[in-house]
Amino acid sequence: MKEFKGRVLAAGNWEGEAVVSHQGVNTLATFQNSALNNKPEVIVGDQNNQDIYGKNITGKALCLPITIGSTTGGLVIQTICAMGINPSAFLFSEHIDSLAASGIVLAKVWEKSDVIAIDQLGEEFLNTVKTGDRVKITEDGTVTVL
Amino acid sequence: MIDYKMELNEEQLAILNGEKGEVMQQVLETIVLFGDIFGAKRLVPVTHKDTHLVTSFGLGVLKPLYACMEKLTQADIKAQGYLTVDPRPIDYENVKCNPLEKFVFNKKMYSMQTEYEAYLTKLGLKDSNAFTCTCYLDEVGNIPKEGDVLSWAESSAVVYANSVLGARCNRNSGMLDLFGAIVGYVPEFGLVTDEGRKATWKVYVKTSKKPEAQILGSAIGMKVMEDVPYVYGLDAFLGEDLNDDVKSYLKDFGAATASNGAVGLYHIDNLTPEAKKQGESLIADDAKEYIIDDAELERVYQSYPVMWKKKDAKPNLVFIGCPHLTYDQLCQWTSAIVSGLKQTGRKKVTVRTIMTASPDVVARFKRTTKYQLLTDRGVHVSSICPLMYTNNPIARGLHNIATNSNKLRTYSTSRYYKDADLLNIITGKEGK
Repeated sequence: MKEFKGRVLAAGNWEGEAVVSHQGVNTLATFQNSALNNKPEVIVGDQNNQDIYGKNITGKALCLPITIGSTTGGLVIQTICAMGINPSAFLFSEHIDSLAASGIVLAKVWEKSDVIAIDQLGEEFLNTVKTGDRVKITEDGTVTVL
Repeated sequence: MIDYKMELNEEQLAILNGEKGEVMQQVLETIVLFGDIFGAKRLVPVTHKDTHLVTSFGLGVLKPLYACMEKLTQADIKAQGYLTVDPRPIDYENVKCNPLEKFVFNKKMYSMQTEYEAYLTKLGLKDSNAFTCTCYLDEVGNIPKEGDVLSWAESSAVVYANSVLGARCNRNSGMLDLFGAIVGYVPEFGLVTDEGRKATWKVYVKTSKKPEAQILGSAIGMKVMEDVPYVYGLDAFLGEDLNDDVKSYLKDFGAATASNGAVGLYHIDNLTPEAKKQGESLIADDAKEYIIDDAELERVYQSYPVMWKKKDAKPNLVFIGCPHLTYDQLCQWTSAIVSGLKQTGRKKVTVRTIMTASPDVVARFKRTTKYQLLTDRGVHVSSICPLMYTNNPIARGLHNIATNSNKLRTYSTSRYYKDADLLNIITGKEGK
């Protein structure tokens, strides 16, 4: 069991399964197929990210450094939150990027989403947490890898 | 009122207090909360009022977008300048679709296209030709000056505006682009500030010949991610003048850095405006280094996965023009195809080929004899967004798409080919 502390961007208490990407997550490439096809869950469609390609990330804690790619990113995050197929939590090891930040703010202000977002958890967090691990998140930004 | 940290002026406080209505309040709340995440001390005025939006497509699934557009237009809210927007997703005249594709596009995917364009018009769309990812070209005319602060999105346009034009714009998301255009302010952080424009990578190009723009950009994007690279050695191949050829190269290079990574600004030694003026003073003290030689470019090129169902299949559809081609690029491809077909003794291209450029560039091209030369050889010219066309289950099932765009490769199952290889395929020289 190991504990990490990050900055709270969107608070919440949650416990569940982690899905881990060690490289930047391309938001559009990751979510587009599932969103476009109105799927009940997101199966990652980013061919360039073998860490998470083909994995179901709905209702999970997506652990990542940052997001990358098209500037549709924020709108995509807002949309998957509105559709209710979003990861329950976005756990960033680095400072959140502008596109993901837009998405989280849009989801909060316009969709009243309960998505959780914490950033600056540190490199060691991503080196520690593995896909399939259970993680516990508390509203003060503490993330425990159980 | 929301909890916020930045300093706001009276006008901004009044909006946050709801004095300009609930919708404007929500718009500014979004901008302020977004800026707070990045430690922005204040909002700064958008000095180039004309905005470029990334969202051009009326995807039925984007319900939050339409709900927001409805609120904005109901409140009679408009952007302060005019809007250019990314390319349309459909062009049945020049990009033929079978009935199944049309059904999927019209009923399943882009079912809100007409309504969405009506919203854009109400919000300040420039004109019906305003749909392109290359709004900054002379023919289109949404061209910021050096130092201008923008509220743009579209990763390839933002990186071009920052790097080649010397404007100042963060990698805004769709919606935030529009919100900044409405309130006329953006948060002051990142690429809007001098500090944020410093390079944290020194990239040395040590290749034996001019690198393929799309592969070089991809390599740098994947390495530096969202950081700012200062690139040495490229001026040896491109020269020191930002002429049309060089700008076309940098357009494609930048799009690859932005889509294969998250680059919003690059500096090219002796070439881009800030690098010319400020040189190595743009480089942060602890900048990391990345050397790109022929072997590294080849490694990156070979790393691209082939996502076709049958990996050894032949391409049956080619897209050239993501980002949209410049006028010069259209002319160069025309000459290359005419010459290539002459060599192979063919009258028409061997694979269905679609070239894409902005409506204004296409209009200019159509006024020349080259347009007829190109279309007589079976090439179609469109202003569609190749990504929007290719990224659906029907297209994936029907087509083995070949492209020279690293952006299109990233967001679809299209296979990347170098320019010369693609030319050989479409003129029947080899590899079909």
